[in-house]
Amino acid sequence: MSGTAKGVSVEGVTKRYGAGSSAVTALDDVTLEIEDNEFFTLLGPSGCGKTTLLRCIAGFEPLSAGRILLFDEEIDGLPPNRRPVNTVFQQYALFPHMPVWNNVAFGLRMLKRPAEEVTRVVGEMLELVHMAHLGDRRPSQLSGGQQQRVALARALASQPKVLLLDEPLSALDLKLRQAMRVELKQLQRETGITFIFVTHDQEEALTMSDRIAVMSDGRVQQIGSATDVYERPINHFVADFIGETNFLDVTVSGIEAERATCVTAGGAEVVTEAVRGCRVGAKVSLSVRPEKIALRAGEDPEHRLRGEIERLIYLGTDTHYQVKLERGPDFLVRVQNAHASAAFEPGQPVTLEFDPGAARMLVD
Amino acid sequence: MALAAPEREAQSPAHAHDRRMMRMRALLLAPAVLTIGGFLVLPIGIVLLYSFLTPGTYGGVVWEFSFGAYVQFLFERDIFDESLVFSTAYLEIYLRSFLQAITSTVLCFAIGFPTAYFIATRPASQRNVWVLMVTVPYWVNLLIRTIAMLFLIRNEGPLNHLLMSLGLRDTPLQIAYTDFGVGIGLVYSYLPFMVLPIYATIEKLDFRLVEAAYDLYADRWTVMRQVILPLAWPGIIAGSLLVFIPSLGAFIAPDLLGGGKNLMIGNLIALQFQGSRNWPFGSAAAVILMTVVLIALLFYIRQQGRAQVGAP
Repeated sequence: MSGTAKGVSVEGVTKRYGAGSSAVTALDDVTLEIEDNEFFTLLGPSGCGKTTLLRCIAGFEPLSAGRILLFDEEIDGLPPNRRPVNTVFQQYALFPHMPVWNNVAFGLRMLKRPAEEVTRVVGEMLELVHMAHLGDRRPSQLSGGQQQRVALARALASQPKVLLLDEPLSALDLKLRQAMRVELKQLQRETGITFIFVTHDQEEALTMSDRIAVMSDGRVQQIGSATDVYERPINHFVADFIGETNFLDVTVSGIEAERATCVTAGGAEVVTEAVRGCRVGAKVSLSVRPEKIALRAGEDPEHRLRGEIERLIYLGTDTHYQVKLERGPDFLVRVQNAHASAAFEPGQPVTLEFDPGAARMLVD
Repeated sequence: MALAAPEREAQSPAHAHDRRMMRMRALLLAPAVLTIGGFLVLPIGIVLLYSFLTPGTYGGVVWEFSFGAYVQFLFERDIFDESLVFSTAYLEIYLRSFLQAITSTVLCFAIGFPTAYFIATRPASQRNVWVLMVTVPYWVNLLIRTIAMLFLIRNEGPLNHLLMSLGLRDTPLQIAYTDFGVGIGLVYSYLPFMVLPIYATIEKLDFRLVEAAYDLYADRWTVMRQVILPLAWPGIIAGSLLVFIPSLGAFIAPDLLGGGKNLMIGNLIALQFQGSRNWPFGSAAAVILMTVVLIALLFYIRQQGRAQVGAP
């Protein structure tokens, strides 16, 4: 990443389909800033608007409101063929009537680059994605992974400033998908091109991205690094969508410095980091990740979070406990099996402990 | 031997099953085979046979082998010394028919491709309505449609009436009984045969390919030429054949709209069986036409085979 150079600015973009009462809002006032040379991911469930946003940047969808800037230049008036961005399509969309080589050369030829340059760049691109030996094959003669590489080479050949990737790994099997993640990330570093990557797969997003925008219902819920969105989710949706979590409804009973003390329905006291704007007496939700909770045997008298082991699943490296809280919901607790001992039995009363930083206060 | 016995027992039901399947297949194929055999292969055989016989005085044939019909196609017998002189009269009819058929195929493509593209790019719910509208003319018999066309374009018809009342022309524009009139008739008759196959290929076309081409800096014209046209090619070939072949042998449009003045192949053949009563020559003319069409079909099949290589 090269500091704070602006790559793509999305400013108040709204996209509506249809009109009147049947209108559907696919994007609702989306604003985000993508830096140059960044691997930026739009993450969300299907129908959250991530692909629509990508298509807006590519120029396939006119905006209902707002504007999109590319390196500080407005591109709203430009058709897709005049925007210096290229797309890797979900099903690759390789031209079936052309051999691989011509597919990769297509963009360069459209830009009327000299023949020697086309030959050289296509060669380099095929080399880059390890497809140099298959240049004369038709796309239908290639495997899914190979088609994927050709689609990448085709999109990169004309050296776009921004590469848009629309769930490019979703059609591949698990092994290949994991290998391609590493390759994609490496490719992005080598080429220095800004990648905007759309996916519904949180693992993909967490492993590859410099920053992630979590989207839902046409809105951006949170933007941040992988650690930000996992460790410090700002709302219910983000906490729930990324990884597994436990929710606990509490009432804020006291705020001191950055710490907030909260009381559960069962009377237990939980200390957490206070979020801005929270006040004493407010009812809020806490999110606690299952691996951040420690279990202790026995009932602790002083206002601790207590429960009883209901079920356990032994997974070799971890054990998952389902703990029924005293006057509260079920909690999932993941304990690493570092020691052979210290296992709990169903029916055993336990105390749940976690750091103040582990419980995350949610704004909604 | 003790081992072989159960094996044979195990095999024989499978054999019986195979035999039943064979009989079933034969039964299923029988109607098609009988129809094609009785109404296509047999008549073509008769035509082929008759083309090598001698014409009877009052129609029909005399069972005497002769190349006469084929000789007559290329040569004229001199009235005085009975010597054969090369004549292009019939070749001209064939040439005229080919030019007419090519012209109507090209015109059908020029009108049909945009129409097919338009229909294929409508929302899925509307497409069937448009396709239905393309087939509307077929609810009326071809003969009646052609006569209706004649009434529209003849000198006293509404078209000329309009042109003259608007002051665009002083004398009627002669369209009826010209090659141009025949062309209009052919295009009108066979246009749906061009629209429907092209529509079928464009409708199946993956429009993400079009988006991909735009994304890779292609302009509209290039997208059309390098992506849509090549992918619609099988439909274009099929449509062209479906227009070209019947246009080549068309009878009604040249007869009615051309007034039978400039003969086309269809009229020539019909004339041999009606007025001239030269059945062998009519048969020979038909055989020659059929041979040409067969060559065109073989060419098409080879083209298709080549296109298949790249198809997914």
